[in-house]
Amino acid sequence: MYKIKEKKFLAEKTYLIKLFAPDIAKKAKPGNFVMLRIDEKGERIPLTIADHDFETITIIFLVVGKTTEDLSKLNKGDNLLDVVGPLGNPIKIKNYGKVVFVAGGLGIAAIYPQLKALKRENRIISIIGARKKELLFLLDEIKQFSDKLIVCTDDGSYGKKGFVTDALKEIVDKEKIDMVITIGPPVMMMAVSELTRGKVKTIASINSIMVDGIGMCGSCRVRVNNKIKFACVDGPEFDAHEVDWDELLKRNSKYKEEECKCLK
Amino acid sequence: MQVFKMKPEEQNPKERIHNFKEVCLGYTKEQAIEEAKRCLQCPVPLCEKGCPAGISIKEFIKHIVDEEFDLALKIVLEKNSLPGVCGRVCPAEEQCKKICISKPAININLLERFVADNSEKIIKSVKKTGKKIAVVGSGPAGLACSSELALMGYEVVIFEALHKPGGVLTYGIPEFRLPNKIVMDEINYIKKLGVNIKLNSVIGKLFSIDELLKKYDSVFIATGAGLPYFLGIAGENLNNVYSANEFLTRNNLMKAYKFPEYITPVKKAKKTVVIGGGNVAVDSARVAKRLGSDVTIVYRRSRNEMPARNEEIKHAKEEGIEFVFLANPLRIIGKDDVEAVECIRMKLGEPDDSGRKRPLPLKGSEFKISCDQAIVAIGQGPNPMIGKTIDLNIGKKGNIIVDNNYQTSINNVFAGGDITSGSATVIKAISDGKKTAKIINEKIKRG
Repeated sequence: MYKIKEKKFLAEKTYLIKLFAPDIAKKAKPGNFVMLRIDEKGERIPLTIADHDFETITIIFLVVGKTTEDLSKLNKGDNLLDVVGPLGNPIKIKNYGKVVFVAGGLGIAAIYPQLKALKRENRIISIIGARKKELLFLLDEIKQFSDKLIVCTDDGSYGKKGFVTDALKEIVDKEKIDMVITIGPPVMMMAVSELTRGKVKTIASINSIMVDGIGMCGSCRVRVNNKIKFACVDGPEFDAHEVDWDELLKRNSKYKEEECKCLK
Repeated sequence: MQVFKMKPEEQNPKERIHNFKEVCLGYTKEQAIEEAKRCLQCPVPLCEKGCPAGISIKEFIKHIVDEEFDLALKIVLEKNSLPGVCGRVCPAEEQCKKICISKPAININLLERFVADNSEKIIKSVKKTGKKIAVVGSGPAGLACSSELALMGYEVVIFEALHKPGGVLTYGIPEFRLPNKIVMDEINYIKKLGVNIKLNSVIGKLFSIDELLKKYDSVFIATGAGLPYFLGIAGENLNNVYSANEFLTRNNLMKAYKFPEYITPVKKAKKTVVIGGGNVAVDSARVAKRLGSDVTIVYRRSRNEMPARNEEIKHAKEEGIEFVFLANPLRIIGKDDVEAVECIRMKLGEPDDSGRKRPLPLKGSEFKISCDQAIVAIGQGPNPMIGKTIDLNIGKKGNIIVDNNYQTSINNVFAGGDITSGSATVIKAISDGKKTAKIINEKIKRG
């Protein structure tokens, strides 16, 4: 059992929980994720470790389906049946130079531990986007570890009006960027990848559908450089320019129908 | 002379394709005694040479004849802590039964199952050695090694990556062949012997082998063959194309067949094509059937070369599963979702490395099988996780290399089961686990 030590409402449909998991916390590195299962009948879902201290890990999630909805109803003191991790390959922390993070949706939570880790040796520009103001979160935290923060909303209710790619284009056209790291909805990552193709090395974090998260089922398989890779053990981060985005988009919508049925 | 009822009752195929309950119902007491009486009690029991676990078959069968079922189970448990599992999934026809001199051979597996299901497992108390062993993986090899070591007085901790113990017995083999309750009962027995199982513990991630070596006197790696192989053909990443591992894990471990009561989803297909000829392929086909799909198994060799057990093939046929032999998939067709599998007819040529006749394509014989689900069941490779995180000697196929004593390239780190051999049988893994336990014990005693 893994106890919820803290729960916070962050933004519309977005919550933060701190889980008591000292063994995982000791090993957690930026880029790692956990698989969690709420109860006996629950499914296993992957969520990025957004932060950790010596005994807890922080998970941020967006209510998108049955499991995340159930998770949002739990409170401080409640327990999760299973949490396994830290899974996936962590990012390499080194001096890249000037790094631009481009995040949307839940990706905002996923870039946080990475930019925090890269800040010391790199110049960090963070571009984060959402449809509207109410969906934004962690702005102060991200600002604290960024040399520059640009916020975009589709409707202009906060920051710049427009997409993250608009903001990214301005920067890429103007200055020399050493690396782009993008995490968020696949459509957004695909757009970022198209924009930087041939210009800037770009890393994307692939959030394909997982079952076990430990390399045993291939549900999360993704075509990278025309080879089949498992996002859970070979990733989650891959060279964005080598990812077959069309295939990923199709595969990620696989269980839409069932998801609806389950939420009824 | 009384007519001998050698066959145990089975669930009727028409009914069982609508449920996940066990197909073979096992022997009744009367049937078990009757079958046991047929045993010739050979002075030199050949059958025992055929048992990878080395069970004293003759002796346990004698106890059944004498209606001493608890004693019979005690004899079996001396050599095998998973009798309910082995009684169900052991390919006995290739092992003990193959060399039994009775005609027809005694159904030793069904007798083993009978005593496992109908007797109380007695826990022996043993003198503790004070030494600690870490076992990685709670599949058959890990469980066998752990129980053996526990019986020798070692303190054993198993680290299991998933949220349930049992490895392939839990995530892989379906309930209608091996009920989860049987697996959990036998694991509970092993726990009562003093084995501690830590779930959700991925070695290589949560703890490293080096860390384990600091706390434990030896480490046994038994992480199995959990890496699904894909065909590498076009269309393989279309939606509703699964690896058998994914399809079985969703249904067995996650209970997707009970969706939406259980949250993990699985598609309800109308027509499924399963590619492969092993037990995993047949298991996948039979699960798909139970989910309401018509099913065709496509296998590139002929019926004779199929690695699946005869009994499973027979059960599958009774359940209305179709077989297309001598056909190999060329590509999977579809836009977003799978719509058909295109195959080519094959003929058998000269034997290949595996000793089986090599299948060769017949030019111009392409044909399509329409489907809305395809399951790739062409084999599994050793789990690569641990090899990636520590400097171990790894073979070409990703297997951990061990010497004749199951010793890896790192001192005090042993490995056995499918992680060393690639996908094999449950009983072979059990045998590896048991042998390694003895070797670890001898090594520790030597000091």
